[in-house]
Amino acid sequence: MRRGARRRVEFRALALFFALFVVFMYGPIIAIVILSFQGVDGGLTFPMNGVSLHWFGKLFEPQMVGDFEGSFARSFTLACVVMGLTVVFSLAAGLAFRKPFRGATVVFYLTVASLIVPSILITLGIGLMFDRAGFEPHWYSSGLGAHLTWTLPFGLLIMFAVFNRFDPSYEEAARDLGARPWQVFRYVVLPIIGPSLVGVGLFGFTLSFDEFARTLLAAGVHNTLPLEIFGMTTTATTPVLYALGTVTTGVSFLVIMLCLSFISLMQRRRLKHGTDAGEGMV
Amino acid sequence: MRYLQVLPLTLTLVLFLVVPIALIGVVSFWDYNEFELLPDFVWTNYEELFTSSVTYTIYLATLKFALLTWIFTFLIGFTVAYFLAFHVPDLKWQIVLFLLCTIPFWTSNVIRMIAWIPVLGRHGLVNEGLLAAGLIDEPLEWLLFSDFSVVLAFVHLYTLFMVVPIFNSMMRIDPSVIEAAYDAGAGTWRTVRHVILPLCKPGIAIGTIFVVTLVMGDFVTVQMMSGGQSASVGVAMNNKRALLQYPAAAADAVILLAVVLMMVAALMRIVDVRKEL
Repeated sequence: MRRGARRRVEFRALALFFALFVVFMYGPIIAIVILSFQGVDGGLTFPMNGVSLHWFGKLFEPQMVGDFEGSFARSFTLACVVMGLTVVFSLAAGLAFRKPFRGATVVFYLTVASLIVPSILITLGIGLMFDRAGFEPHWYSSGLGAHLTWTLPFGLLIMFAVFNRFDPSYEEAARDLGARPWQVFRYVVLPIIGPSLVGVGLFGFTLSFDEFARTLLAAGVHNTLPLEIFGMTTTATTPVLYALGTVTTGVSFLVIMLCLSFISLMQRRRLKHGTDAGEGMV
Repeated sequence: MRYLQVLPLTLTLVLFLVVPIALIGVVSFWDYNEFELLPDFVWTNYEELFTSSVTYTIYLATLKFALLTWIFTFLIGFTVAYFLAFHVPDLKWQIVLFLLCTIPFWTSNVIRMIAWIPVLGRHGLVNEGLLAAGLIDEPLEWLLFSDFSVVLAFVHLYTLFMVVPIFNSMMRIDPSVIEAAYDAGAGTWRTVRHVILPLCKPGIAIGTIFVVTLVMGDFVTVQMMSGGQSASVGVAMNNKRALLQYPAAAADAVILLAVVLMMVAALMRIVDVRKEL
C-alpha cells in the first residue's frame, strides 16, 4: 500500500520534471516562431508589435539576407543526395556485417571514429585536402563528403541494431521455398527492414540539411543554408533571422513527420498482414 | 561479395576521414609564413603549443565546459530516461514521449542556439519576467553571451545524446530484478542507486562519449553563445585557421584528437558498443 502511494508521488514529480524538460527543449524555438510573425516595426524580443508576414517576405529580397533561395536549394538538394547515399551505403555495409569478414573490426572502428572525431578536424582536413590537391571545394563535392562522415555512422549503427534483431529463419524459409538470393532480399528482407531504412533516410536528410560544423571549410564559395544562417547571426538585427529559422525548422519538421507517418503506415500494413516479423525494431 | 558491399562506405570514410586527418598530421610538421605553407619537418608548431601558457588555460576552460555539460546532461538525461522507462506504462505513450525528446535532434543546431536570444537577451523573456516580478532592478547581463549561456546551450543541444542510450539500457533491465530489489526492502532511491544505475553503465558511457567529444571539439556553440568572449580549444584552432596559420591549427588539431581519443578509449573500457545496439 505504502509503495503505491509513494509511487504516485514519484510519478507526479517525474512527470513535472519531464514537462519542464519538454518546455526547455521546445520553448525557445516556439518563441522565435512566434516572433517571426512580428509586425513591421517589431524587434528581436517580445512584446509583439503587431502581427505580419513582413519578415517572411523579406527572405525573398536578395539584398536582405544574402542568398536565401540559392542556399536553400543547395541544402535541400544536398540533403536528398546524402539521404540516398546514406541509405544505400549503410544498407550494403549492414548486410556485409551480418557475417564476420576479415577487416570487419577495422571498418567498424573507422565508422565509430567518424562519429567521434571532432567536426573541426573533419572540416579543416577536407579543406586542406582540396587545397593541396588543387581542387576547388564545392558543396556537392567536399561538402557532400563532409556530410557523409556524419550521416554514415548513424546509418550503419542503425543497421547493426536492425540486423541484431533480425531472425534469419525468415530467409531460410524463403530459400527452402525456392527463392533466389535476390528474391529473398527483395520480398523478405527489404519489407521487414523497410521502416528502419526510412529511419536511416530521416537521419541522412535532417543531419545533412542542418549540418554546420563539418561544412564550414568544405562548402566552397556557395554557402549551404546553415552557413548562410550562421553568417546572418552577426549581421541581422531584425526578425528576418527568426523567419529564416521558422522556415528551416518547418522544413525539418515536415520531413520528420513525413518519415514518421510513413514508418507507422508501413508497420500498420505489416500488422494487418498478420506477421510479427521485425518486432521490436524502431 | 561482402567486400563489395562494404566498399562504398569504407571508401567514403577513407577519402573524407582518414586522408584528411592524415594530412592534418603531416601539415602539423610544416612551416609557414604570412603567405603560404612551407612543406618541411619541424617541431616548432608543437613547441609553441606546449610552451604557451594560453594552451593550458584554454584546455582547462574547455574541460570545464565538458565537465559542467556532462553533469547537467547526465542528471537531466537519467531522470528523463527513468521517467520514460519506469513510469510510463503504455508502450504507445513511451514511443510518443520518446519521439518528443528526439525530434529536436533532427532540427538545426544553429537555430536552436539563435532561439535563446529572445529568451535570455537584455530585453528577453527571463529578464522582463524577473523585472516585472520585482526580483531584479536591472536586466541580468550574464544570461546571454557568457559562460552560462554556453553551458546552457550545450545542455540544450546534447541532453538527447544522454537520454537515448540510457533509455535503451533501462529498457533492457529485467523488471524482475527491480521487483526483487523492492521485495528485499530497498526503497526507490536505493533501487536506483544499487540496481538501475549499475545496469545503465553502458548507456551512460555511450552518452558520455557523445557529450564529451561534442563539447571538446566544439567551436560554433562557444563562439556564438559567448559572443566571442569565451575561449575553447576549437575556437582557438579556428582563429589560427582564419589567420591562415594552417600548420599551427593542425598541431592544435592533432593534440585535441589525441586528448579526445584517450578519453574515448577510457570510456570504451566500460562498454562494448556493438553489443549495445
